Amino acid sequence: MKEINDLILPDDVKYTKSHEWAKISGDIVTIGLNDYAQDQLGEIVFVELPEAGDTFSKGDEFGSVESVKAVSEIYIPISGEIVEINEDLEDAPELVNESCYDNGWLIKVKPEDVSELNDLMDKDEYLDMLKG
Amino acid sequence: MRYLPHTKEDIESMLKVAGQESLDDLFNCIPDDLKITNSLDLPQSLSEWELNVHMEELASLNIACKSYKCFMGAGSYDHYIPAIIPYLISRSEFMTAYTPYQPEVSQGTLQGIYEFQTMVTELLGMDIATASHYDCGTALAEACLIALRQNSKANKIAVSALTHPSHRQIIHTYISPSGYEIVEIPYTKEGLTDVKALEAMDDIAGIAVQSPNFFGNIEDLSAFKAVADVKMILFITSFTEALAFGLLKNPGSFGADLVAGEGQSLGIAKSFGGPGLGLLAGTKKQMRNLPGRLIGKTKDANGADGFVLTLATREQHIRREKASSNICSNNGLNAMTAAVYLATVGKIGIREIARQNHDKAVYLKKSLEKAGFESVFETPFFNEFLMKAPAGFEQKRAALINDKCTFAGICLDKFYPELKHHYLFCATETISKKDIDQLAKEVQ
Amino acid sequence: MNQQPGTSGLIFNEPLLWDKSRDGRCAMSLPKSDVEREPLDENLTGDSPNLPQLSELDVVRHYTRLSQWNFGVDSGMYPLGSCTMKYNPKTNEVQAARQGFASAHPLSGDEFSQGALKLMYNLEQYLAEITGFEAVTLQPAAGAHGELAGMLMIHAYFAKNGKQRSKILIPDTAHGTNPASAALCGYESINIKSGKNGILEPSVVEAIMDEDTAGIMLTNPNTLGLFETDIKEIALIVHSKGGLVYGDGANMNAIMGIVKPGDIGIDVLHLNLHKTFSTPHGGGGPGSGPVAVGKTLEPFLPIPRIVKELDTYKLVTDFPDTMGRIHTFYGHFGIMVRAYAYILSMGAKGLTDASKLAVLNANYVKESLKGTLNLPYDLPCMHECVFNDEFQKEYHITTMDMAKRLLDFGFHPPTVYFPLVVDGAFMVEPTETESKEDIDQFIDAVKAIAREAAEDPEKLRKAPLLTKVTRLDEVAAARKPCLRG
Repeated sequence: MKEINDLILPDDVKYTKSHEWAKISGDIVTIGLNDYAQDQLGEIVFVELPEAGDTFSKGDEFGSVESVKAVSEIYIPISGEIVEINEDLEDAPELVNESCYDNGWLIKVKPEDVSELNDLMDKDEYLDMLKG
Repeated sequence: MRYLPHTKEDIESMLKVAGQESLDDLFNCIPDDLKITNSLDLPQSLSEWELNVHMEELASLNIACKSYKCFMGAGSYDHYIPAIIPYLISRSEFMTAYTPYQPEVSQGTLQGIYEFQTMVTELLGMDIATASHYDCGTALAEACLIALRQNSKANKIAVSALTHPSHRQIIHTYISPSGYEIVEIPYTKEGLTDVKALEAMDDIAGIAVQSPNFFGNIEDLSAFKAVADVKMILFITSFTEALAFGLLKNPGSFGADLVAGEGQSLGIAKSFGGPGLGLLAGTKKQMRNLPGRLIGKTKDANGADGFVLTLATREQHIRREKASSNICSNNGLNAMTAAVYLATVGKIGIREIARQNHDKAVYLKKSLEKAGFESVFETPFFNEFLMKAPAGFEQKRAALINDKCTFAGICLDKFYPELKHHYLFCATETISKKDIDQLAKEVQ
Repeated sequence: MNQQPGTSGLIFNEPLLWDKSRDGRCAMSLPKSDVEREPLDENLTGDSPNLPQLSELDVVRHYTRLSQWNFGVDSGMYPLGSCTMKYNPKTNEVQAARQGFASAHPLSGDEFSQGALKLMYNLEQYLAEITGFEAVTLQPAAGAHGELAGMLMIHAYFAKNGKQRSKILIPDTAHGTNPASAALCGYESINIKSGKNGILEPSVVEAIMDEDTAGIMLTNPNTLGLFETDIKEIALIVHSKGGLVYGDGANMNAIMGIVKPGDIGIDVLHLNLHKTFSTPHGGGGPGSGPVAVGKTLEPFLPIPRIVKELDTYKLVTDFPDTMGRIHTFYGHFGIMVRAYAYILSMGAKGLTDASKLAVLNANYVKESLKGTLNLPYDLPCMHECVFNDEFQKEYHITTMDMAKRLLDFGFHPPTVYFPLVVDGAFMVEPTETESKEDIDQFIDAVKAIAREAAEDPEKLRKAPLLTKVTRLDEVAAARKPCLRG
């Protein structure tokens, strides 16, 4: 497993306590798992995602990721409607390990209230949380 | 006691290492008021030879100790079991192994069950078969739960009244604590599940139909599949006689989503109803909803082919309260038995045995008709069928058991009160023409 | 040091069944047809299933070779914690194969099944005596099935008493089957933490138990191999709020003839005949999971029940409060025969000695290995003890590496990574049927492996080296499932 200092944590995304990231682009927020989460989970073998059109409230469980011997729930950091899911993950769940901020993204959401993103952490706040 | 290897010296030296004075001191961590003061009140222990005498005495109180003629089915069938099956299955490497959690030393079980899964998918025409369940009833209840959980709008499952009565009870036991209900689909005067009645049912999450049904009749599964498609719900089929699919169209060819079945006919002794073998198969789409263990093929670190338990994240030891089922131990050794049986009969044998079952059952039915029994349905059946008995048959049947060790059918009135004097008969390949002629003569 | 049992020898490759198949072969002696062919409507018939076509020797050799790739209790020590892999007596197999038992049709009628019913009735009585309960059902087909039956009885009890409850307390040391069984009954699992010394503290239960909680599911001895000393007090707390205590009897092998769970506040308990009562595991089953209950839950037992009237035995279904049926017939009768034969072979003293020696063996292992492996809870244990890989961390060697290396020495590894409360758990349950010499060899093997961890860690990471296949790619198996040939 990676040391905290080796984690890749981009500056241009927001972080949650449960190790998701969120990034706004236009009026759509893309959500994925961060480097810490994918590293802790180990080799991911399956990603369960909702369907486009489903709506969730901030903090809801919207899916799960599985390694060989563990399942972790994933939580949505912002309320809204799912407009797209990453269908490549069905055949290639390893994308979450290999490219968690790019090709391994999970869902795109049309948020109800963009300001909810302000509740999330920036890189430094997140690092402080990890270091406890 | 021959199973306990410790000598007095062993016990003394081991106690010393454990830092205890006596065996009783090992239990000092348990408060005295929780311990019993008397010894257990159990019979005197028996030597192996005394045990043999006692067990044979008990076994001889069962009529099965004699060679009896079994014209009964209803979920437990009399079939020939080739000598190689108990011989191979009693190899202790199969019998005394645990669940194959350490694949490097479990490849025998793993490849054997992988082959079992494959042969079950062939038999049933399905994409995926699990590594076994307890019996058909519990597998069917699990299948019903899958359908109910997948449908957020309805909390009822439509189950044919011609599904084995015990299976319907098990479904009820399994689903009712979660607030789900069974609605029974009535049967027609042809002895088939009433598809018209099903069409009229609303708010159902799935359809479960047994074929051949409890009366032995072969259902038109395509009609039920069509209803399931219209209602956009899951279609489940079940069966109690696995050998039927040596002859009949398999459930997969009718588009079943889930199939639950009993595999006891595949080389497993009747053994007073258990352990049998629960079969559960599904389409690829249902892969992650199927409860129970699955074996998958993979490679080892040197690139050699090998097998492992896979998709374990569905199971209780990982997902705990969110698991697809609580099942842990299954009926693995009986799955292996069924695999040996299917490999033994092969493509040619299963067809021939299935045909003989059907031929003999038809001959039995004709013979009983000549002997004064009334045919109840003119519907095609596999190896079981329903007959209305002439007056006085009940006494004759009892006499036949006592005098000739012949079991002539099963009376159905305790399962279907409307069917007074109706008996479910079965003939398999173990019944000879002579046996049938003899029976017909006796019941005339 | 005695020579370790693990070695290499000639074993055989063997292809999949269908790779051996040749059109036209059949290993079955097909009975002669003596009646006319009766064609069935073509719309109903299908093609014959595409099963492999083999000769009898093909089949015999196939399964003989497969069996040689397996490790069983008869091959060597199998100290799998929480699984009680004791010796499976061979006479039990002889008893279960008697024609009167093996050929019995379940619907023959009570009159013609007296032997089977008498055996089952007696077995119920013996299990009730061993556990200290009023009544027993033999119907559940496995331990988890027994748990489900027990929880369904609790569910039926609250339904009958007018107010269903919604939660159940489950300690963090519990088997995964506990929360899964409770969930099937609609109960939400409330996780409770065991105390610092691995034992559940009554105050924790007191703080959370309320009148919407159906009760608690606990395993005693627990999965750390420790006896829950405060069980009576905990039961009192649960009962005072109207709840019930479910006992997971998976670890009954530690306390036969010592403690009766029915005496110490437990209301319902399941047993695993394939653990405590010596029936074989069969590579995953069939097992049998009888459930014992006290007076409170007796009316809710599954049907049919066996009733004795004078000297005859009857199957009776007329119990209005029953939780229902959970098996097509009466459960795994063939397994019951084996357990019955075991109890009669052992007698009261034999069973009590078995528990004492199981506990002796575990304490002996614990004391012998505690300098070699880290022992997170250094307390007198029951029938099993839980170590972990803390000492080996400096060499980057894990429990899994040590477990795999044990295979090369000829031992089945212990249970690993369970219970979840111990990080990197290595859980040893020797059972009473292992001799001091075999246990000493196991201890020597673990010590040798611990030395290797320091001196040649790479060897451990590559282990096992002597098995037919080495570590398998479970990630690939799960990412692209191939579940049939």
